[in-house]
Amino acid sequence: MTPETLTSEDATDEIEEVEDLLVEEVSIDGLCGVY
Amino acid sequence: MSQAIVDAFDASQYWQLSEKVSLRDEEFGALAYHHVNRRLIFLKSRELVDVVRRLGDFESADDAVNSLVAPDQHDRYVTALAALEKSALIRGR
Amino acid sequence: MGAESSLRSRFERGLAAPICLTWELTYACNLACTHCLSSSGRRDPRELTTAEAKSLIDEIAAMQIFYVNVGGGEPMIRRDFFELIEHAVSRHVGVKFSTNGTRIDKESAKRLAGIDYLDVQISIDGADAATSDRIRGVGSYDAARRAMENLRDANFGRFKISVVMTKESVEQLDDFEALATSYGAELRLTRFRPSGRGVEVWNELHPTLEQNRGLYRWLLERPNVLTGDSFFHLSALGSPLEGLNLCGAGRVVCLIDPVGDVYACPFVIHDEFLAGNVRDAGFAQVWTNSELFRSLREPGNPGACASCGSYDACRGGCMAAKFFTGLEMSDPDPECVFGHGEAALAAKHVSIRPISSPDHSRRIPVTLASR
Repeated sequence: MTPETLTSEDATDEIEEVEDLLVEEVSIDGLCGVY
Repeated sequence: MSQAIVDAFDASQYWQLSEKVSLRDEEFGALAYHHVNRRLIFLKSRELVDVVRRLGDFESADDAVNSLVAPDQHDRYVTALAALEKSALIRGR
Repeated sequence: MGAESSLRSRFERGLAAPICLTWELTYACNLACTHCLSSSGRRDPRELTTAEAKSLIDEIAAMQIFYVNVGGGEPMIRRDFFELIEHAVSRHVGVKFSTNGTRIDKESAKRLAGIDYLDVQISIDGADAATSDRIRGVGSYDAARRAMENLRDANFGRFKISVVMTKESVEQLDDFEALATSYGAELRLTRFRPSGRGVEVWNELHPTLEQNRGLYRWLLERPNVLTGDSFFHLSALGSPLEGLNLCGAGRVVCLIDPVGDVYACPFVIHDEFLAGNVRDAGFAQVWTNSELFRSLREPGNPGACASCGSYDACRGGCMAAKFFTGLEMSDPDPECVFGHGEAALAAKHVSIRPISSPDHSRRIPVTLASR
């Protein structure tokens, strides 16, 4: 997968989902396949 | 990743993994689950997992990163720690 | 979506251990809900003993599975219920349990309120007794409401109200929202699947396509309503709903049943999806080595959905929904939002369909005496 190039337009107030970031939050309230 | 979040994180302070977090190794790094806020976070490198596990053994986050990670990666790792602090996975004393 | 989808594909390939799993403690139940996914009612004499259950909890803790979703049957019927959940939390395994509420009296509510890392989810199937009791039996709605009152009086904190979306309950969404708000509770809506006894009432009770569209729109406007990721098949309608939007069965979650059998998920209690038994050599062995789970972790084949532009959003839908309506895994989901599933069902003239087994149903009517 080609890494994305981060440009100034990509900066937002949110945590960016770019290849460079070493952490990523997963939004879960439960996973499909559990109660 | 907002610059404001990175700026708000003081890497010269002492930080440690919160005891409310379960950290589990995976092939790609680790999964961290915070039992109180229910957040699930994916740590994408083994080095970062090492830094997080050993963070509390150092005087400061800067010390931990400087000791465990190559210098050209310093900012990237401090940025990651700032994100973890925002989700309450790491805390001060 | 770049990084999120690479995370999704990592999850689809499976993890070292489940993120969480469902653990049905008992097939015994004091209700007889018409759609019960586990065909519960009668206790199975081969149920795990207290010692075996605690040993399983120890293994779950050692594997660092983050939490267990406890259910059944009615889990609070087990005499060692509190002993088991307290053992779990003492080992840093979070517990979320699902209950009909009949056993949450004032004393139990207080005890639950005192346990850390515990979530409670009370099941109802309608926003009023008439609607809910049609599925769950006379007196069941009132019992659930009493449980909610007791939790509130005991200062339990935020509990969850869980509703399966049927043709009837889907018309009461605003009422459920109001009910949850009135208790400061979280609302959880989940998909009705033709699993367990559900297969007997699925045709008559599953929401229509139009209702599913309405539900999707309602959910999109309310990201705080929980869904347990069960509506990912609706994500083909537009923006994805909150959550991972993927089938976790055998990859990030699974089911352990009351006799220690391990299934891909609680909606596929059937030999076809049986991965092993914890009594053979523990749970870790089954998770890591079972044939079934290894094959589920292989990249999926879109099958009939290959030509549909929305496959990436819905991944062909739910295995359980397909299996128990007699469709193949390569067919579209029976509730495919573009109607491809309905077409597949019609084309197949399905007459013989799999049924869940084992079946622990009690086949006599149940009346719940009000207290």
